[in-house]
Amino acid sequence: MDIQSLAAEIPVEGEYSLEGIDFITSGEQYLTFLLGSEQYAVNILCVEEIRSWENPTKIPNAPDDVKGVINMRGVIVPIIDLRLKFNIGNAVYSDITVVVVLKVELEGGTKTMGFIVDAVSDVLNAEEGEIKNSPAFGGSVPQHYIDGLVNVGNNVVTILNVEALQVIQPHSK
Amino acid sequence: MSIDLSQFIPSFLEESFEGLELMESSLLNLEQGDDETINSIFRAAHSIKGGAGTFGFDNVTEFTHLVETLLDEMRDGRREIVQGDVEILLESVDCMRLLIESIQNDTDCDDEKIAITSSLLTQTLDGSVSTPVLDDATDNYSSTVKQNNTSITWVIEFIPEHHLVQTGNDPLFLFNALAELGSVEIEANSAELPSLNDMDPEELYLRWKITLVADTTEDDIKEIFEWVEDECELTISQELAGQSSEPESVKSEPELSVTEQNISAQQTEPSPAVSEEIKPAPSEEAVPAKPNKPVSPVASKPVKSKTDVGSIRVGVDKVDNLINLMGELVITQSMLSELGNDFDLSKVERLNTGLEQLLQNTKELQESVMRIRMLPISFAFNRFPRLIHDLSKKTGKQIELVLKGEQTELDKTVMEQIGDPLVHLVRNAVDHGIEPTETRIANGKPEQGVITLDAYHQGGSIVIEINDDGGGINRNAVFEKAVEKGVVEANSSLTDSQVFDLIFEPGFSTAKELSDISGRGVGMDVVKKNIQALGGRIQVESVEGQGSSFKVNLPLTLAILDGQLVRVGTEIYIIPLITIVESLQTQKNLINRVSGDMVLYRLREDNVPVLPIYQLFNLASDTTQVEDSLLVVVEADGQKVGLMVDDLLAQQQVVIKSLNDNYQQVEGISGATILGDGSVAMILDIPGIINIAQNSSRSNQYASANPEEVLP
Repeated sequence: MDIQSLAAEIPVEGEYSLEGIDFITSGEQYLTFLLGSEQYAVNILCVEEIRSWENPTKIPNAPDDVKGVINMRGVIVPIIDLRLKFNIGNAVYSDITVVVVLKVELEGGTKTMGFIVDAVSDVLNAEEGEIKNSPAFGGSVPQHYIDGLVNVGNNVVTILNVEALQVIQPHSK
Repeated sequence: MSIDLSQFIPSFLEESFEGLELMESSLLNLEQGDDETINSIFRAAHSIKGGAGTFGFDNVTEFTHLVETLLDEMRDGRREIVQGDVEILLESVDCMRLLIESIQNDTDCDDEKIAITSSLLTQTLDGSVSTPVLDDATDNYSSTVKQNNTSITWVIEFIPEHHLVQTGNDPLFLFNALAELGSVEIEANSAELPSLNDMDPEELYLRWKITLVADTTEDDIKEIFEWVEDECELTISQELAGQSSEPESVKSEPELSVTEQNISAQQTEPSPAVSEEIKPAPSEEAVPAKPNKPVSPVASKPVKSKTDVGSIRVGVDKVDNLINLMGELVITQSMLSELGNDFDLSKVERLNTGLEQLLQNTKELQESVMRIRMLPISFAFNRFPRLIHDLSKKTGKQIELVLKGEQTELDKTVMEQIGDPLVHLVRNAVDHGIEPTETRIANGKPEQGVITLDAYHQGGSIVIEINDDGGGINRNAVFEKAVEKGVVEANSSLTDSQVFDLIFEPGFSTAKELSDISGRGVGMDVVKKNIQALGGRIQVESVEGQGSSFKVNLPLTLAILDGQLVRVGTEIYIIPLITIVESLQTQKNLINRVSGDMVLYRLREDNVPVLPIYQLFNLASDTTQVEDSLLVVVEADGQKVGLMVDDLLAQQQVVIKSLNDNYQQVEGISGATILGDGSVAMILDIPGIINIAQNSSRSNQYASANPEEVLP
């Protein structure tokens, strides 16, 4: 068998499918979640786990959106309410409130943080070309948190920059 | 068969650093005619050279070869051990360390220094030929060796033991090395070769007779066989123009065996003897051709690689102890789970016993695990002999260093961070403490100053003492300087220890002249800050004319802390037990409100300011009135404050977790811990809390001071 015929048998990216489900796809995968009625997404490779809400231990004099820290298997993880950070919707805490724990490699090592969202909705595949720049006149979410926008059906999903999310403002004195 | 040698490089580096340390400390103790010491230095250098050769670090090999040659001459008695040579060797050790560090960090090193030192070495070596050696016998010996440096026919009989190849040695390499010396004729004797059925293919049955015609010395030949001399019979004799001289058999030195066996075991190259005979493997196989890194002419500053995770050598006894405890824990666990299978109230007592056992096991396990991180303080002390040596050369003072309690164990993290402050204190002791020799003689003291480093355990902490028998601290000079700087009032009366504590003030130095060792006044405050950052403290005692003593108190470990749990509102905080002076229920008549709603509590003679935690941290609490609250009186930086809390809970040991890892430093909080119920509790940072309180009172004062200015 020569090399050409071997090469022809190698499937192209995105061709694998099992019972109609694509499980190798081109582009990146994103976890989408709801803040109020708006849809947001983060790169799925950063998601460490999704937890239910538990009352965190308060950090003295922390900004409003930093709700405190929790014990995640022996690691102290700060919890940040994205609804308060972005000023979207009502920050209510109930049994169905969800914490998305994100882990990012930064210069100083990895940082793990939990973000409170209203609900986790779906996993989204998006190729680079599908991600559009967001318009420069935005709402209450500061521009540097936004990597781009993706159209899903009639909705628009905002892709968030996880590295930017992990940067915390120093406490005001 | 080739083996990826790069996996052994970390071990090589570690062993090299150990070897260098050994060389350094031995060099400092080196005296004339001390064969054992010089042998151990030589062995260390030789191991490094051998290892570097195996991995293809040519610059290390070349440099170490020079060092080794010099050491060899000293070892043979061909060269007197003089101070100058020892200095050069110490320099060389520094250079070797630079070279090996550059391998470790994959950076370039200070080539200039290495070039200078290596040319110094070469000069010293060349000097040995012309310099007449005092001892006649050695002179004769060296001259015979030199005379032999014409083409000689050497006959070498090499009878290896059967297991030679199993220890990773390959005769072919030896022969190749011999061939580099001159022309070689090798004759193999296969008389002992058993029949194919009886033969063990991993054994070596051959013996060789080698005729070498070369311009070389017996030592050079011996050196080639050095790796294997314990595992063979080797006879080297020379035929001068067909005239055979007395054969000299080489006796293996037993003390060499341990180190060298270890190393030879590392270059595992187990090639069966038979294949050796049939198809000679290319000799390059063992040494992967590693291209020498191009060396940039600019000496760049070596940057410590960030990936260095560090490793600890742990004694087997500690690990065994852990495994035993683990076993006990498993037994307790199975007992408890059996008990839980059908539990009724009659078994409560057994349950209690089981739980107690579990507590005991856990405690012991915790202690053992912590002990793994403990290292003897000699790791921190080891650098001081060299430091004192260098400093005494620089200052011209004669100083003896006495180390005590080197086996006292200390947490690795604490050890790493205490090194620099200790160096600073020792430098200070040399520079300011010990007087110049003339002064010492004039004062009737022995010429040689003594600096003592002592470490011992005291309660839950470790104490490191730095003592010198120098001039002591001039109390008046310190006091006058402090008055001059405006640190204290001229008419204030201070105790001796209060005066001595002034030397830790920033920018404080009583040295009349600056020196490059110390005396710029930066440092003692940094020393104090560093020690405090480790949760320790430093005390000074000094008697003028007799010397000073610095006592450093350090916690044994940074990972665990004894804490008092307190409750404020719904939150639980931990106050480090070491900071607590006392806890008390307030009494109404002792509370005073002064200077605009500052609350002071009269504690015997002191007035202690009360800091309500709920206010500082913006919390809701049960009690907002000082009158019926609990006060925890804590002390930091000499300042006592009373922390107002709602409730005192248990005292317990807590494991400190950093908030910094995933969040950031929080003012007033030194870390967090996880309580028995899995919840997180914050550990209070007492100096930080005092700081917050001071800042907020300052801003209040500013606010109230400003309107007054506006008023007419």
